[in-house]
Amino acid sequence: MSDAIVYMDGIEKSFPGVHALSDCRFELLRGEVHALVGENGAGKSTLMKVLAGVYQKDSGRILFKGREVEIPNPRAAQHLGISIIHQELNLMPHLTAAQNIFIGREPRKVGGFIVDDRAANVKTQELFDMLHLRLDPKVKVGDLTVAKQQMVEIAKALSFNAEVLIMDEPTAALNTTEIQELFRIIRHLREQGVAVSYISHRMDELKQISDRVTVMRDGQYIDTVNAETATIDQIISMMVGRTIYEGARNLKDTSELEVVLDVRNLKRGKVIKDVSFQARKGEILGFAGLMGAGRTEVARAVFGADQADSGEIFVNGRKVSIRQPSDAVRHGIGYLSEDRKRYGLAVTMDVETNIVLATMQRFLSRAGLVKRNATKVAAQTYVDALSIKTPGLTQKVKFLSGGNQQKVVVAKWLTRDSQILFFDEPTRGIDVGAKSEIYKLLNSLAVQGKAIIMISSELEEIMRMSHRIVVMCEGRITGELMAAEATQEGIMQLATKRETVQLTTES
Amino acid sequence: MSDTVITQRRVLFSANAMQKILAFASLLVMVIIFSFASPNFFDFANLVAIMLATAVTGMLAIGVTFVIITAGIDLSVGTAMTFCAVMTGVFVTFWHLPIFVAVIGGIVTGGVVGATSGALTAKMKLPPFIATLGIMMITKGLSLIISGTKPIYFVDTPVFAQIAMGSVLSSVIPGLQIPNAILIFFLAAIVGSFVLNKTLLGRYTYALGSNEEAVRLSGVNVDMWKIAVYAVCGLFFGLAGVVMGSRLNSAQPALGQGYELDAIAAAVIGGTSLSGGEGAILGTVIGAFIMSVLTNGLRILSVPQEWQIVVSGVIVIFAVYADILRRRR
Repeated sequence: MSDAIVYMDGIEKSFPGVHALSDCRFELLRGEVHALVGENGAGKSTLMKVLAGVYQKDSGRILFKGREVEIPNPRAAQHLGISIIHQELNLMPHLTAAQNIFIGREPRKVGGFIVDDRAANVKTQELFDMLHLRLDPKVKVGDLTVAKQQMVEIAKALSFNAEVLIMDEPTAALNTTEIQELFRIIRHLREQGVAVSYISHRMDELKQISDRVTVMRDGQYIDTVNAETATIDQIISMMVGRTIYEGARNLKDTSELEVVLDVRNLKRGKVIKDVSFQARKGEILGFAGLMGAGRTEVARAVFGADQADSGEIFVNGRKVSIRQPSDAVRHGIGYLSEDRKRYGLAVTMDVETNIVLATMQRFLSRAGLVKRNATKVAAQTYVDALSIKTPGLTQKVKFLSGGNQQKVVVAKWLTRDSQILFFDEPTRGIDVGAKSEIYKLLNSLAVQGKAIIMISSELEEIMRMSHRIVVMCEGRITGELMAAEATQEGIMQLATKRETVQLTTES
Repeated sequence: MSDTVITQRRVLFSANAMQKILAFASLLVMVIIFSFASPNFFDFANLVAIMLATAVTGMLAIGVTFVIITAGIDLSVGTAMTFCAVMTGVFVTFWHLPIFVAVIGGIVTGGVVGATSGALTAKMKLPPFIATLGIMMITKGLSLIISGTKPIYFVDTPVFAQIAMGSVLSSVIPGLQIPNAILIFFLAAIVGSFVLNKTLLGRYTYALGSNEEAVRLSGVNVDMWKIAVYAVCGLFFGLAGVVMGSRLNSAQPALGQGYELDAIAAAVIGGTSLSGGEGAILGTVIGAFIMSVLTNGLRILSVPQEWQIVVSGVIVIFAVYADILRRRR
């Protein structure tokens, strides 16, 4: 432990409604590259943000170079020499690299009013040279690729004499070549004695760059292994855990059911790479994968919310052209978005309005006025059918619980007679009790003959609900499993199966 | 270890340079067209008239450029300018302060009003539109109250009129009857450009407009600098007020409202982006001249004033649209 530059112990952290970290442990040695892995929501980012001073721990202790420290804010962390590079970069696109790096501590001339850009450029060039970066300090950061912007952030972190560098999903937006360049820099940092904590989903990278790997699950510390000796399978096992199911799924075989939605060769830039799948009447098709795999993008593309580059969509055997959501809705496709508050509900309006929102034309009188009797009846029908707990139709939806809000969104689509429904993370932000209600609802919709496509990042949920599971990774479908043959590990394997990385060295 | 080269987008002219070149080219084209359309246009006296007409709005535009770069706006620059003119009138005519002191007083009044707008925005978190709208109405009212709704004349102090209308240049180069107001405007532009490009204040002006959150996370006192930027804008409209008062040899409390839109239009035509992070004094000056050359040229061609305003509006729309198209690439 004397080599440990950071040692965290017994870390607890809760947010309203969520116990994010539970008795977490983390040790970082000098000059090591330590990967932190786990499913979405495992707590990796949260733990590192506690270390970086972005969040404050509820309890536990942090030891830095052997001494116990408190890290109340990001500046304190920086003071100690701990720097974090967030997934969303904190740069000012209109300013140059040098200006970004030295914001707040600009070198000055003449009485302190005039900024000395020349001096900043020189210092920045030194930083870049140290990292062997081919970058011009005078270039505007907004003109750089994401990869180069990341380099600027790294240089900025180092200019604070960081001894600990935390990187949150650094390779998420990079291509193969750029990733290799990033690794080169990380190795260089390691040589310089900087300790790097590296949060990632990507299994193949772990072996390439990290010395040790720590696995977290459900906010808890699971284990730390040596990157060289441990196998990917072992790591994946630890990530998903050994939860066994009661209430074994008596999910029927749906392969003989009628195909209502047939998507072929859907492509959209780099986010959707040739995706084809089918959804059947009365079936719940689970879309599994890690965040960023492209599942929401596929749903949005089919729904017309985003423009696909190419691909064909067939509804009930007929080819349809979907350029915007109203086309999709006309063909009976509905989409319940991830962020229901932003995209699914008119939050300040009441239950009745929200339910009939998508079908107003149906409730107009000849003069074009809204027939309130009709809307009331329609809304009440659904409130009853879906057991939406609300004091009344005039209750503003923002006062409803998450689960009931979700039901209001479902009612909206049912009013629309949608036959094909995309549910994007349907139980996100909903407590356990309400979750099972949503599951019941989904099942009953399937029984009624609707085709349900459920996007979820919770393996348990996918396994429990889906008749069939399609797994995506980085824009491609990596596999399809029937309920009977699906296992958590199997899904995880497919979810992390990236295209084989070609290591090219160009001279 | 291989030194992998990762290419970055290299452009011959940066987008900003392109914008200014286009703006300047438009100005040039207009001047050429009007010169051919009428012999009265490219005439020394007329050109001086154009520059004089641009001076006051131009100074307002310089000030408002700072604010717009931070992704803010200042709707008060017109009426606040008048307020500063009225206060200068008070200093000179009622309090009998020396001209020099009164002028400084007028400018500082502008700074104080600007700082107030800044404080409302930064500390009380009011949207700049609302904060400066409020200040606009307050200063308009105060101008009328303090002046007793009557103009304040500078008749007892003829020197005052010399500030704007006298000609320092003609004493240096005989025959060069260029009013001081024009000189003051150009000096203001030079100072403004210097502050924007070379000082810490200028740096933070751009930074705040580019990504205010990133600036905050870097430990910079965002509130303080925001107030400073609005205060600087205030200094410019304070100066404009003094020059305006000198030109008219009086402080006219009812004037001023409407100037802010010309000022904002000038900044925007000159390439200042309303979403922040971009803009330059040079561009604003060109933008101001585009508007005044247009107005003057159309007038010389006997186009009714009403149509001049219509044309100006169309120009503003096209200028911003061209900017959006350019940005999209």
